[in-house]
Amino acid sequence: MDRTPAARARGITKSFGDVVALDGVDLDVASGQIHGLVGPNGAGKTTLLGLLLGLAVADGGSLEILGTPVGRTLAVPDGVAGFVDGPGLYPSLTARQNLSALASLRRYDAGGAAGVDDVLEQVGLTDVADDRVRGFSLGMRQRLGLAAALLTKPRLLVLDEPANGLDPAGKHHVHRVLTGLAAEGTAVVLSSHRMDDLAALCSEVTLLATGRVVFSGPLSKLATESGELDYRLLTSDPEAARRLASETPGLHVVAGSEPGQRLDTDVVVRGPVQALDELVVRLVHAGVALRELGPVVTPLEAAFLALTGTGTGTVNAQTDQEDL
Amino acid sequence: MTATATQPRAAARPAPVLHGYRFELVKLLSQWRIRLLLLACWIGPAGFVAAVSLQSSLPADTVFGRLMNSTGWAGSLVVLDFSCTWALPLLTALVAGDVFAVEDRLGTWRHLLVAVRSPQRIFMAKTLASLTVILLLVAGLTASGIAGGLAAVGNRPLVGLDGHLLAPADAAGKVLLAWACALAPTLAFAAVGLLGSVTLGRSPMGLLLPAILALALQLVQLLPLPVAVQLGLPSHAFLAWRGLFTDPAQAGPLLIGLVVSLAWAAVATALAYRLFLRRDFTDLSYDGSGRRVVVAGALPLAALVAVTIGVIAVATPATGSGIEKGKLQDSLATVYAHLYRLQTQELHRPDVTEAQMQATASCDKGDSRVDDEGPGNDWRCVVTWRLPDATAVGNAIYQLDVTADGRYVADGDGPKEVNGYFQVRTPNGDAPNPLWQFDGNVDLLTSTTKE
Repeated sequence: MDRTPAARARGITKSFGDVVALDGVDLDVASGQIHGLVGPNGAGKTTLLGLLLGLAVADGGSLEILGTPVGRTLAVPDGVAGFVDGPGLYPSLTARQNLSALASLRRYDAGGAAGVDDVLEQVGLTDVADDRVRGFSLGMRQRLGLAAALLTKPRLLVLDEPANGLDPAGKHHVHRVLTGLAAEGTAVVLSSHRMDDLAALCSEVTLLATGRVVFSGPLSKLATESGELDYRLLTSDPEAARRLASETPGLHVVAGSEPGQRLDTDVVVRGPVQALDELVVRLVHAGVALRELGPVVTPLEAAFLALTGTGTGTVNAQTDQEDL
Repeated sequence: MTATATQPRAAARPAPVLHGYRFELVKLLSQWRIRLLLLACWIGPAGFVAAVSLQSSLPADTVFGRLMNSTGWAGSLVVLDFSCTWALPLLTALVAGDVFAVEDRLGTWRHLLVAVRSPQRIFMAKTLASLTVILLLVAGLTASGIAGGLAAVGNRPLVGLDGHLLAPADAAGKVLLAWACALAPTLAFAAVGLLGSVTLGRSPMGLLLPAILALALQLVQLLPLPVAVQLGLPSHAFLAWRGLFTDPAQAGPLLIGLVVSLAWAAVATALAYRLFLRRDFTDLSYDGSGRRVVVAGALPLAALVAVTIGVIAVATPATGSGIEKGKLQDSLATVYAHLYRLQTQELHRPDVTEAQMQATASCDKGDSRVDDEGPGNDWRCVVTWRLPDATAVGNAIYQLDVTADGRYVADGDGPKEVNGYFQVRTPNGDAPNPLWQFDGNVDLLTSTTKE
């Protein structure tokens, strides 16, 4: 496998007038890796993706794409594909015409229409290949955008919210395509607000907040950054459960204010996993049936909320890049 | 961390201009609006010319309109005159005025940039594609108007704007040349459309810019402006093609009009190119900039107008409105002599040459308090001529309506047996007396030769 990093950024800064979009961002994406880019709205994700696609040039720092230093716009090497802010498609053209035009522009049409048909099949749009894009749903457009990126046989695929508008089947389809590409050595950088997508696809994530990296590393590490989580318990005797939880060392009962919490029957507690284990033992000994136990938010989501400062302050994450 | 183990790659090559051009053409031709325009331009004029040519009431307000049922070539010239007034600026607005803005509306700039990798080539491809579509539309207007006229009326001689008869082959050549001349101002308006499309983005003002400019220029051209100002406007070539239909051709205003139009096309395209390359395509909320339109678009074009007018004023003998008593008299006498010969032939009288007639005209504008100069519908002229075998001198009176662009309509005011309304039997059927009402055109640039 090619050991050249697909993307390597050091100290990237980018401003739009007075607005600092990126502030000293580092990024490493290895070949064959699916790298997630997460962050709240306005964190700088799209700006960073745009830099990777060569749509803009950084004000400061260095950026290498597929081993090539990038110093000006549209100077990224061949093998980079993708989209930001949704796929660029022409509604008056059919799906096939959109892809054929792109193949012609990037000179990937030497093999005739086989490439176009192949990528349409990969994203499951063969049946609508000759339909005008005007009538496509958002999910179909997303898949066609992915097909357009695949057409160029990318070695670095940059996707902005690729799961937007996808139904479960479509999402599964896209996930299969992306993991297949990664297995063949293509690096994929994708942004998403959906933690389940990231958990299913990404081996590493970079978390941005207000233009700075607040976390970068494996997903498993991100999960541990979430610190103490809130857990919801559904028991046969909520009152007893609440009392036992308050008596368990290291645990305390959270006042019921979480969205969706069923106040009469749920008990929400906060504490380390070990303390939660102890609570389960006590519930069993007290004859209280435990019907459901799970985190109020997933560890990834909790870490996201904590690290980006958009959570409720329930965790005390420490990151290795907080001082950036 | 991973290590670099292979040689760095060169930046991806931009897409060839030809591929980009083909893609832009496919995009344009896939739009229903463009398809309908093409259909209308290739079919509409034929239907219009054929239908109007077969009627007794003709569009005499339009140059060559009164000749539509006497020759098939007049129909195409009527279409040309109408196109120069409305159709061509509107067509350029709908094609060139939207070719960049459509990417803003669809949000496809980033996609296109990643695909083509060169804003320069995108600009070239879009410009060439819109130019191709505009040429297709103009070709349709030309071919359709000619086909409709020839099918409905036939391939007959055309009476020029100085009254001389153009053989069908000459008429065909002149008609095609006139359409070709109209391409220059069309290019100028198309370039303005490109400029509007680049600078105003999604704003509908970008689309409307060529049409608004055309309307403004038409209003200006109605005014009795100095001839240097008239010739310095980019729309003058939309009128100057009429000079092709005199003998000798009124080449001066036409050439100046063509040069001015092409200068506008070049400058406006260059401005659009410059602004396009400076645009920040990462700004998705870009919605055009009124300030940029004024500073980087309108001001340079206004400067071009000033320079053009200055150069014309210095380099040509043009003075005043260009419509002088002497020139009008020369023109009217010439047209009258040519048409008198035509009338004698149609009435089967003995032929007489223009030289034998020694026709002269004496014109007066308004009353004695009004200067005999400039446009107006208060010109009154008396044409005098001689016949070889007669001692008496003939006189015919005409009321002239002269417009600022040099065109005039002469309306016979007696004696009625000379220039009144009566039908004349011609080989192709009855036709109005050729001396009754006719069109003429004054060369705005020439100086008076006689009083």
